[in-house]
Amino acid sequence: MTEPPRIVNLSPRLSRRALLTGSGALVLGMHLPLLGAGEAEAAIGTNSLVPVNAWLKVSATGVSVVSPASEMGQGVFTALAQLVAEELEIDWTSVRAEMAPFDPVYANPILGGMRSGGATSIRAWFLPMRKAGATARQMLKAAAAQVWRVSPDSLVLTTGLISHPPSGREASYGALAQVASRQKVPVEPPLRDSGRWTLIGRSLPRLDSPDKVTGRAIFGMDVRLPGQLYAAIRHCPVYGGAPARLDDSALKTSGGGYPAGVTAVVTLKDAVAVVAENWWLARSALARVAVAWAEGANAGQTSAAIDAALVRALDPKDPRAVAIAVNRGDADRAIAGAAMTVEAVYRQPFLAHAALEPINATASVTASDCELWLPTQDQGQYPRLIADALGLRPEKVRVNTTYVGGGFGRRFEADVGLQAALLSKAVGKPVQLIWTREEDIRHDYYRPASISRVALGVDVLGRLTGWRHRVAGPSILGRVNPGAIRDGVDKTAVQGIADQPYPVPALHVDFVRAETGIPVGFWRSVGHGANGFVVESMIDEAAAKLGRDPWRFRRGVLADKAPRALRVLDLAAEKSDWTTPLPAITGARRGRGIALHEAYGSVIAVVLEVSVFHDGRLVLDRAVAAFDCGQMVNPDIVSGQVAGGLLFGLSAALTGKITFERGRAMQSNFQDCRALTMAEAPPVEVHLVSSDEPPGGVSEAGVPPAAPALTNAIFAATGKRLRALPVLDFDLRDG
Amino acid sequence: MVSLTVNGKTVSVETSGDTPLLWVLRQHFKLQGTKFGCGIGQCGACTVLVNGAVVRACSVTIAAVDGATVQTIEGFDNGGDAIAERVKAAWIAEQVPQCGYCVPGMILSTVALLRKIPNPTDTEIDGAITNLCRCGTYDRIRKAIHRAAAGGAAP
Ligand code: FES
Ligand code: FES
Repeated sequence: MTEPPRIVNLSPRLSRRALLTGSGALVLGMHLPLLGAGEAEAAIGTNSLVPVNAWLKVSATGVSVVSPASEMGQGVFTALAQLVAEELEIDWTSVRAEMAPFDPVYANPILGGMRSGGATSIRAWFLPMRKAGATARQMLKAAAAQVWRVSPDSLVLTTGLISHPPSGREASYGALAQVASRQKVPVEPPLRDSGRWTLIGRSLPRLDSPDKVTGRAIFGMDVRLPGQLYAAIRHCPVYGGAPARLDDSALKTSGGGYPAGVTAVVTLKDAVAVVAENWWLARSALARVAVAWAEGANAGQTSAAIDAALVRALDPKDPRAVAIAVNRGDADRAIAGAAMTVEAVYRQPFLAHAALEPINATASVTASDCELWLPTQDQGQYPRLIADALGLRPEKVRVNTTYVGGGFGRRFEADVGLQAALLSKAVGKPVQLIWTREEDIRHDYYRPASISRVALGVDVLGRLTGWRHRVAGPSILGRVNPGAIRDGVDKTAVQGIADQPYPVPALHVDFVRAETGIPVGFWRSVGHGANGFVVESMIDEAAAKLGRDPWRFRRGVLADKAPRALRVLDLAAEKSDWTTPLPAITGARRGRGIALHEAYGSVIAVVLEVSVFHDGRLVLDRAVAAFDCGQMVNPDIVSGQVAGGLLFGLSAALTGKITFERGRAMQSNFQDCRALTMAEAPPVEVHLVSSDEPPGGVSEAGVPPAAPALTNAIFAATGKRLRALPVLDFDLRDG
Repeated sequence: MVSLTVNGKTVSVETSGDTPLLWVLRQHFKLQGTKFGCGIGQCGACTVLVNGAVVRACSVTIAAVDGATVQTIEGFDNGGDAIAERVKAAWIAEQVPQCGYCVPGMILSTVALLRKIPNPTDTEIDGAITNLCRCGTYDRIRKAIHRAAAGGAAP
């Protein structure tokens, strides 16, 4: 059957990303009038999951903790459930977790808005989730007291049951849930003392594992709605361009319509999409649609030109282009007067995120509302964004979050959700939009390419005297949230410099914004990743110039000013047998590199062992990490995150780069945008330091030390100092 | 029309013969444990077993598997495959999954490996498991494979 062709033109009325900011306060869900005792008794006996507050649902057989944070692999469902359950007197095996729907009540207190990222989830929710558990406990108790007309103090809570020993009465949390939800919300419920914790701090098995090993976990692409159609998309190959002319004649049948199953060809602001009854059909049909693009201002961009522009930006003609981030003491004088100085320029490429689940979203739009299902890190931005684009009220936009097949910062972007909504509106049916991997790699919001020039001075005692650091590159905040730029400084561009663990008496850090026409975004560890590489390379250069052992030199620089950093540095050295020479391997030069980084209230040291063969082949033999993130909710999850972050950073350092010719990304899929494989990845040992510091960030912490540990190890093995990435661009052969 | 046996059931599908097996599994048969990651045979998220051999379902057409026997992660749901049961249990015991998107493909690749080599060395594991894990869970995958090979005991 041939359907008439439908070409729909849509231009969203909204071009700029809108941000919804939540109150950040913990607000409990139900504030219903208190029930009388009779009504309360009548309400007893419910067996399904009933919400006690916004954070907890209970049934006769267990509880489900409602997570305000997306589960992207970081283990947040489990960790947050541990926090709530800790206050509840409940058997852990009866605890489940589920994702919260979008609601401002779930706004992340650190990030503002309902979103997950920046290694904030535990830091943000450590107290609120425990309070949510304690509040629910009090309300369940109050409910039993009301129903049984006894004093709350006479009640005992054990593993999901409330009992009244004097009368022998007993009820499950589930049975009391409805009555509990109508109790007065206690303002400051007492929290369990850390000495009595039974769940926080334990390596409990992740709640999401069973669904993940059976394939039952629902990711974005697994959403299925009645009548759902599928869309494939092709963006303008150059960022900022738009479709100019579209020719679908090759797609049309002899009858002049589209082939059976193909619903519509839709033109979007910067892309063309085909909607069909299944995705392969949509993709094949799209291949037969020819598009002439208006490529726009970035059509001539090349990596060579970008590099030249960044070099020029290091010494801008107009001094006002330099934005000072930190100026403490007189860094120039401190460096000039130092016993020894090092000065160097470091370069880093654009990097793609390449989470394993490609970019996708499912939308169902009607005349009056829109519902989205997608793997996202940023639910909070959608209601206003979609409402503005579709002419709806924000309350009419519902956002459901699936499991996220890797986030890494990419899923802060609202592009795909908005596209899915526009497509659904165009065809009047639910639509699942799936980008190919090629579209993902070529149309990412990349980690910024950057260039850094650093000078440092060291005194005769081996202490830093001064540090001068300039970063030139594009600005992430300039694109996503220009209001957050202060005095010209994008703080994400200079993270990890002023807040390095080494004490620096005189410090000058500045930033020169240099836009390249390539869109940039948050990438796991953001500025810490790039600057961690530069700072730890510079420290290593200083040690080398002085002929000092890199570990001992770092100890001396830290002195007694950073005990947590010193502890992980020493632990990493000890566990990696730093002082024992590496056994020789025939045909290889071997070396160890060390790197230290502090971020998100956590501190990490990594030692990497490499063998560089005479033919240039590089083998990563072993990685040892020592990590202190303060109080831990689930140490096993922490160690998995640290190992994963380290490999993520090593993948990028070894092979990661996105280059451009004629405005187009030259990489497109895993064959040229490589990720470490099982055979290439080093074994990783993670040693956790137990600590009473407040909980720090975990999921991003493994990334920053990865690149410098690698290049410092290569230096130790070969004497070659790599001042740019990726490593595979360099010839590591002998000589 | 193409007929094949999927997870023990004979099924047939009417679709263009060049449709990759992956999309037929996911869309026509609603077997969504088989994942799309790259579409070019690089990542292994779509790994299934065809006549017992490891195949990237994104890179084989439905026409090419006419009459074949296909096994997906859902095929292990009934608990009848002793090796698959050990592998899944080992994945949980070692707490392998992070985002979990690579997991079904990894488990299929591992089951095929253990059927062929019941007690693989690290080198044999490296050769057989070419699936990508962007979350970097390789160490735990290796431990889980050794654990499954040892009948469930910690390696
Ligand atoms: S989707 Fe088939 S190998 Fe990646
Ligand atoms: S667990 Fe995320 S890709 Fe493997």
